[in-house]
Parts: sequence; structure tokens; C-alpha cells
Amino acid sequence: MPDVLVFIECSEGKPVKTALQALGAGSRLATELGGVAIALVIGGDGGDLGKKGAGKVLVASGDAVKAYSPDGYARILADQAAATGAGVVLASATPMGKDFVARAAARAKCGLAADCTELKVEGGKPVAVRPVYAGKAMLAVQAPGQLWATLRANAFGEATTALDAKIDPVVIGFDTSSLKAVVREIVEGVRGKLDVAEAEVVVSGGRGLKDPAGEGKQNWQNLEKLSEAIGAAVGASRAVVDAGWRPHGDQVGQTGKTVSPKLYIACGISGAIQHLAGMSGSKVIVAINKDENAPIFKVADYGIVGTVEEVVPALTEAFNKSLQG
Amino acid sequence: MEIVVCIRRAPTTDARIKPAGDGKNYEPGGINYDISEYDKYAIEAGIQLKEKHSGKVTVLCMGSKEATKEVRTAIAMGCDAAELLVDEAFRDSWATANALAARIKTLPHDIVLFGWNSVDNQSAATGQMVAELLGLPSVSVAVNMEVADGAAQIERLAAGGKREKYHVKLPAVVTCQKGLNKYRSPNMKGIMAAKKTVVTEMPANAPADGVSVLRLQPPPPRADGKIVGKGSDAVSELVRLLREEAKVI
Repeated sequence: MPDVLVFIECSEGKPVKTALQALGAGSRLATELGGVAIALVIGGDGGDLGKKGAGKVLVASGDAVKAYSPDGYARILADQAAATGAGVVLASATPMGKDFVARAAARAKCGLAADCTELKVEGGKPVAVRPVYAGKAMLAVQAPGQLWATLRANAFGEATTALDAKIDPVVIGFDTSSLKAVVREIVEGVRGKLDVAEAEVVVSGGRGLKDPAGEGKQNWQNLEKLSEAIGAAVGASRAVVDAGWRPHGDQVGQTGKTVSPKLYIACGISGAIQHLAGMSGSKVIVAINKDENAPIFKVADYGIVGTVEEVVPALTEAFNKSLQG
Repeated sequence: MEIVVCIRRAPTTDARIKPAGDGKNYEPGGINYDISEYDKYAIEAGIQLKEKHSGKVTVLCMGSKEATKEVRTAIAMGCDAAELLVDEAFRDSWATANALAARIKTLPHDIVLFGWNSVDNQSAATGQMVAELLGLPSVSVAVNMEVADGAAQIERLAAGGKREKYHVKLPAVVTCQKGLNKYRSPNMKGIMAAKKTVVTEMPANAPADGVSVLRLQPPPPRADGKIVGKGSDAVSELVRLLREEAKVI
């Protein structure tokens, strides 16, 4: 019961960064509970996970996991949750984790604490804390039995203690013909594009940047250059997405993505409550706005009052100089 | 085609949420409610399927009796029948999924549609849980869907702007994301129909919550920020602060 089972998502056979964060969170929680973190790798390589905090590694491979299937992955995770008798089951709240972990929890007849930002032990029992209403409030929850939780990207650090983990294969008790939904094809997005929900740095644009098909063209190009200078993903406010200026996948806010990067730079965004809700979990917030009374300055750690036309290219240049120097 | 759309009544996104005296719920005063944003894409998807393939759209909602208002809005948009599974408490996705699944089992259903996430509880879980409980395929976060010959071709949004393509046999559960369609507003004919529609009410057949609330708290306060300066003169000082004080660059 004190063990923590952690799903390790892989991309091209290698664990993704957020999976290592979940493993870090799992290993710390397991230590507090008196157990170990058990890494469950599906469709990838578990070789180095001891160095990332796993006390034990399970690897599911073969034809049944060649292509992603929500019900297939859910069966494997629910089966291992039962077989290991773990007290806690964790996964990162990535698009994949959000998709199948809810199915897996239901299969295990458990609830789900989704998109958590904190895990702790109270009175000997694991407790998960999760933002609700897009961060306007925090909900602390516990489960009567096994606690299932998905973890927000960048809210947890990787493990710092290395363990000597034994690797065991997982026997998959089904074949592909029994799967209900399987990915047939993956259409690439923009090559190398960072997802705002997972990026460590986000640069967001609002209505102040104006229409990219008209007078705002240069502003959006400047925003892209700023993002390239510091390796950031580009986000957008709801107004901008509703106007069709940016794809909805970029939207940050209560009806878009909730983000918690280490640095969030809001450009030409006034700061409507539904936007603030989506980004106020960021570690450091910078706001650039020409209106010094804009609500965005209330949550910003650092603000510059000025137009995006003037400040954004100047900031890109200053970053480039600083990063070279 | 028999279409079931599951919706949720949620505080509007401009609502200010303050923990109530019991420390577990929010202060209800001054809060306005609406159909949770993404559920509107599910309603629209259901209506479009009916328009293309004929059939019936049944809207199903678990919530307090006040949710009759949201259910009627769904009728006014173009749904045909409405059922409210009454439960006055704030319930988690596990309890909600069980109540919905128990009811859906008794209704004809070729496709069951959800919004991909609720704007209040934000678990993005109920649809997939219902699929598991009913033994149906699920595709979440759909941004494109074509239905033909008892099957659906669906594209879902995956990491980094990638799209995963699925082909699933019906019946199936699909959760809908912005981008799947543009939802309509109720017209006068719809509003009149909604007034006349009988909303079937029954107690929700929900088990205990899968995760129970210990407490609802305000988010940790942010330290006061500062205005670094005006215009492009301030950028070098900002970069220095990000580097030396905040240590994020």
C-alpha cells in the first residue's frame, strides 16, 4: 500500500520530461509513505529510470502498445494498479494522461484527482491539491482507497536521488483486436512547436497586438521572435482566439489551457479574470501593456508600461544580448 | 440516430470564487451560472448530427434543480428531449459518471457527447469514465468528427498541436473541444419549444464520491509586483531582474 505507481509516458521510445517530473513527485511521496515509486513504462525504454527515482520499473511492450489506445493503456495501468497494490497511482496531466487515466481510474473503480499541483501526507494518508475554477480556488482531496491523480506539467521537480531499480516486463493480457479505439494516424502540428501547457516559458499575445492579417502583422512576427529568443511557447488570450487570430490550442485561460511555466510574459493582454485564472500559477509573470491601470499589472511580478510595438522588439534584443553575454 | 449529450451547469467564467464558511464549498452569493462552455460544442455537434442523419438529441444533466435553466437552454438550441438527474451536492467526476452511465444504459444511444472539460471542476474525466463504465470506445478532445455507416472518424488534439486520427465503431463516447464547430445561439422558435418541453426529473443514482473534499481554499497570494519602467528604456533592467533576482533566465 505505501508504494506509488507512476505511469511513464514516452515519445519515440523515451520518457517525456513531464513523466520524469511525475516520477520525482511519486518518489518523494513514496518515501513519506514508507514505500517506493514503481515506474510503469508503456511502449518505451525504462533503462535509466532508477536514476530518476524509481525503486522498481515495469515495462509493457509489444504489438498491443505499438499504437496508442485509450482503452488499451487504461487496461494496462488499471491491471498494474491492482497487481502492485499501490496506495497511489500518478501520471502527468498531458493530453495523453488526461485522456486515458480517467478511464483507467474508472476501471479500478476509483475517482480521480486531476491536474494536481501539490501532493502531501496528512494523518498518514496521501492528499492531493488541485486548482479548480482555473486557479481561483484550490481543492484538497483524498480517496477512501487507492488515490489516483494526474499532475500538472512543471508543478513538480524531478527526483534528485538515484536508486538501483530492477526492471520487469509486464505481461499484457489482451491483443490489439480487442481494443475499442486505436490511433490510426498522427497528423503533425507545426514542427517543433512547444505546447503552451507544457512549456517552461510562455510568451502570450492579446488584443493589443492587433489583427495579424492587418496592422498587427509585424507585432505577431515580433512576438514569435521574442519566443524564439528565449525558447518559449506562444500563447494567446481568449479575445485573440475568438477573433481567429491564433489557433484555439494556444489559448490560455479558464476556457483554454491553464499554465504554470517558470516565466510567463503577457504582451498586450489587459488581464480579464478568465485569463488571469489560467496563468496566475506561473512562477514569474511579466506584463507589457500601454495602460498602466490594466488588471494584468495586479498579478505581474514585473511590468513595463509601453506599447507592444516598442517594447517587444527591444526586449528580444535585450534577451539576445544577455543570453550571448 | 440516437444522440445523448451530457451537460453541466457551472459558474460563468467571470465569477469570483470565494470559499464558504464550511471550508468545502464556495460562497454561492452573486454567482451566475451557464452551461459549461465546452458542453456547448457537444450540444452543437449533436444537433448537427441530427440535422445530417435525422434522429433525436436527448440532453442529460446531473445537477441541482436549478439546472433546469441550463437544460432548457440546450432545448432552445435545438435538442429534442431533456432529463435532469437531480443531486443537490457538488459531486466529483466518479459519482457523476456513475449516475450518467446508469441512466444512459436505459436510453437508446448511438453516440454520447460531452464537453472535453468542465470550467469549474476541470477534471476532464467524466466522459472517459462513462465510456469505461459502459464498455464503449472513447475519443476525447475531438476537433473534427465525421459519422457514417455506424462508425465515426475523429481527430483529437494531442501534445504539441499534433492531431491523432481515430476510427471507432458506434456507439461511442466523444468529448468535444473548441474548434469542432461554432455553436449556435437559441432562436425564437427554440425558446418557445424550450418553454413547452417537459424536463423529466429523477433522483441521480450516484454512489459516494471517488475523491472527497477535505477543503476548498483561496489560491496562495502572489507577492506585490513592481513596474520596472516605461517603454523600451526599461527592457535592460527587466532582463537583469529576470536573470539576477527572479533567476528564471
